[in-house]
Amino acid sequence: METPLFTYTLRLADNALILGHRLSEWVGHAPVPEEDLALANMGLDLIGQARALYTYAGEVEGRGRDEDALAYLREVGGYRNVLLVEQPNGDFAHTIVRQLLFAAFAHPFFEALARAQDATLAAVAAKAVKELAYHLRHSAEWTIRLGDGTPESHRRTQTALDDLWAFTGELFETDQVERALIDRGIAVDPAALRTRFERRLDEVLAEATLARPAGGFTQSGGRAGRHSEHLGYILSELQYLQRAYPGAKW
Amino acid sequence: MVTAMAVVQTAGPEADVRKTAWAVAASVMDPEIPVLSIADLGVLRAVRITDGRVEAVITPTYSGCPAMGVIALGIERALEEAGFVNPKITTVLSPAWTTDWITPEGKAKLSAYGIAPPAAKASRRALFGEEVVACPRCGATDTQRISEFGSTACKALWRCRACAEPFDYFKCI
Repeated sequence: METPLFTYTLRLADNALILGHRLSEWVGHAPVPEEDLALANMGLDLIGQARALYTYAGEVEGRGRDEDALAYLREVGGYRNVLLVEQPNGDFAHTIVRQLLFAAFAHPFFEALARAQDATLAAVAAKAVKELAYHLRHSAEWTIRLGDGTPESHRRTQTALDDLWAFTGELFETDQVERALIDRGIAVDPAALRTRFERRLDEVLAEATLARPAGGFTQSGGRAGRHSEHLGYILSELQYLQRAYPGAKW
Repeated sequence: MVTAMAVVQTAGPEADVRKTAWAVAASVMDPEIPVLSIADLGVLRAVRITDGRVEAVITPTYSGCPAMGVIALGIERALEEAGFVNPKITTVLSPAWTTDWITPEGKAKLSAYGIAPPAAKASRRALFGEEVVACPRCGATDTQRISEFGSTACKALWRCRACAEPFDYFKCI
């Protein structure tokens, strides 16, 4: 039986690990060396956040699982990340827009979590909020440059926004796991962040000459373990070594 | 293990032992910016004597800082070489590290090494406003950011328009 605090911490950790892994896939492939470094550095921030969160989740669970057991030895249905972070890198515009959508949500989220009642989650959040501020600035600047760039970069960036928008609704969902913790001041109520998210996004999109897609259809399920087919492929690479050579250390 | 005898080789009043242990731990250099000690950086938070054992408390600059393992190992080795048996290294996340903790000497060393030190207090204004970063080589402030992220998580890549040299800038966080 999972406690709400374990599930909540795991969801945050899985978001960070999967997005961090996605960014790491760019290493050696980015359009310019500076972006190779930027995407790798942001991935590193996220994987660092994931490590602290997995360690804490393992302590909360109390069954002796450490960060590696939680990252490398769970099946796809056990992952609780939002669907947005597992979406493919696509072209550079897709990666940048995915990062913008995540950071525009995660920055105010961690700001609020840093003031919440759980000391460990608050400590992780207080570090993460500083890192996410840079991720947000980076992805916002690129969105503006691409959106207000050439007809081709504009078209691709608008397409990325249209493709990924359906995954933003899940960021603001709550279920009984969160509600149990929100009442105790441990979890953040994401619905309260939506206005800030949209305002920040609208500022960037206006300057980028891009149009925010109308509300409409929302795709969700990742937080309950129902994923797109992409996550299985991510895990087959991410977990390969520990599956092929269980317990391998170096 | 001889935990109870841990500090015996440097026996003396506890305050003196702690002072010596601090000096030893503080001499460990950052593996990525080897002119800065972990004390200059503000990564070394405390040195305590707990149950006859020296405990050094460190905090990461960034969540994913890959240097933490090497730093912890470096402190352990330095303390053991100085005669402190079985030292303990503890990592804490709170309060979150800030560039404000880099000492004035640390900032001067960074600049001399060719890395522009953080330009301002790590406030929201410093982060979202326009930073004025002086070139660590010629001192000119006619500089421009090339990339938000540099060779390590803590640095950005800038260039100087006056002397035309690129340089690393230690970001405010």
